[in-house]
Amino acid sequence: MTTTFWQRLDKAGRNLAPFAVTAMLVLVGMIRIPVPAYAPVAPNLTLISVYYWTIHRPDLMRPGVAFLIGLLQDLLIGGPLGVNALMLVVAQWAVMNQRRVFLASTFVLLWIGFAMVMIGAAFLQWLAFSVLNATILPLKPALFQGLLTVAMFPALGWLLIRVHRAFLNG
Amino acid sequence: MMVGKIESLSVDTARARVTDAFSPILDAISRPAATAARVIESVVEVENAFDENQRLKAENARLLQWKQAALRLESENASLRTLLRVTPEPSVNFITARVIATPGSSFVRTLVVTAGRRDGVKKGQAALAGAGLIGRVIEVGEWSSRVLLLTDINARVPVILESSRQRAVLAGDNSDQARLLYLPPESPVQVGERVVTSGHGGLFPPGLEVGVVTSVSERGGVRVLPNTDLSRVEHLRLVDFGLPGTEFDSSPEWK
Repeated sequence: MTTTFWQRLDKAGRNLAPFAVTAMLVLVGMIRIPVPAYAPVAPNLTLISVYYWTIHRPDLMRPGVAFLIGLLQDLLIGGPLGVNALMLVVAQWAVMNQRRVFLASTFVLLWIGFAMVMIGAAFLQWLAFSVLNATILPLKPALFQGLLTVAMFPALGWLLIRVHRAFLNG
Repeated sequence: MMVGKIESLSVDTARARVTDAFSPILDAISRPAATAARVIESVVEVENAFDENQRLKAENARLLQWKQAALRLESENASLRTLLRVTPEPSVNFITARVIATPGSSFVRTLVVTAGRRDGVKKGQAALAGAGLIGRVIEVGEWSSRVLLLTDINARVPVILESSRQRAVLAGDNSDQARLLYLPPESPVQVGERVVTSGHGGLFPPGLEVGVVTSVSERGGVRVLPNTDLSRVEHLRLVDFGLPGTEFDSSPEWK
């Protein structure tokens, strides 16, 4: 009896890994790096993580989880509530729809797929902020942030694969 | 987003709570990053030590002259004050705080710092770093608080141009420089002119340094570069000037 309980607890803990890793990346993404003009274009690590887990473990990265993570990010960065939540849920939904294509494809295609998701996410974010501020904001910083995120994708993807193998291949 | 507009007070509280809860983690993970940055910076500094030394010697000589001038003015000021019976300005309290996080978003310019209600931080306090004003406190948690930077799109600071005495409002637009709003069209603004707070609105005292005018053009308007490099702020001072306006905060911003 006790073993099954511990096993269940262990499994639950392991299943929390995608959420925990993504929440951790929210915090890591907020580290202040004293490079001029870095903060506005800091890569959106959270989106990479949501993208990765949606493709590989959609059962653990549900829309609700993506929403919660987005909400946490919104509360922490002090922006308008719900923008990141909306962005992550939409990204999760978009990836979910095309999941079969992504699963069968090579890493390069996965990367290109992410670049497309990132463009959509950057545009959505820009749109939401522009509407909330009732002005047309410059799109450039969002695009540069997108570029930097896409450039970060292989490195972080490798890390996520390690986490995936370590915790969820039992 | 709708909830944020309607239930602004409770969202504000929730935001402060969440920031409080995560600030120890943010604090912990910001330290290695800061250390690494310092190591790299010190290597660069060693390379430039000779040039820097020369520059500082020249600057020191210049500053010593200014010191003499300041001392003379101070004594003159003191004697004039006694003549006029001016009430002395209230003393101010500084709270020093460390910056632990930036939002990492293209559309928000804020900082999270390690000082909160426990340390006496209040909403609306001015945040100063290095040579001038960098923003104000918009959210206070128990041991962390959030500073809205001058360059955020929601920041508005009443300022005055130092030599022409022209009033204006300094507004951020999420770029590295801020714009001056409500300047009369033919006002004589010159590049290099210093911009200081005007004290209107009662949130900041007059005369705090803000920045320098960097460009004047028809299309881009008047741009002001903040005195402090906002991406490099490591520690800042939150200052309570004891002004009546600090309790009242009606600026439009998201909550």
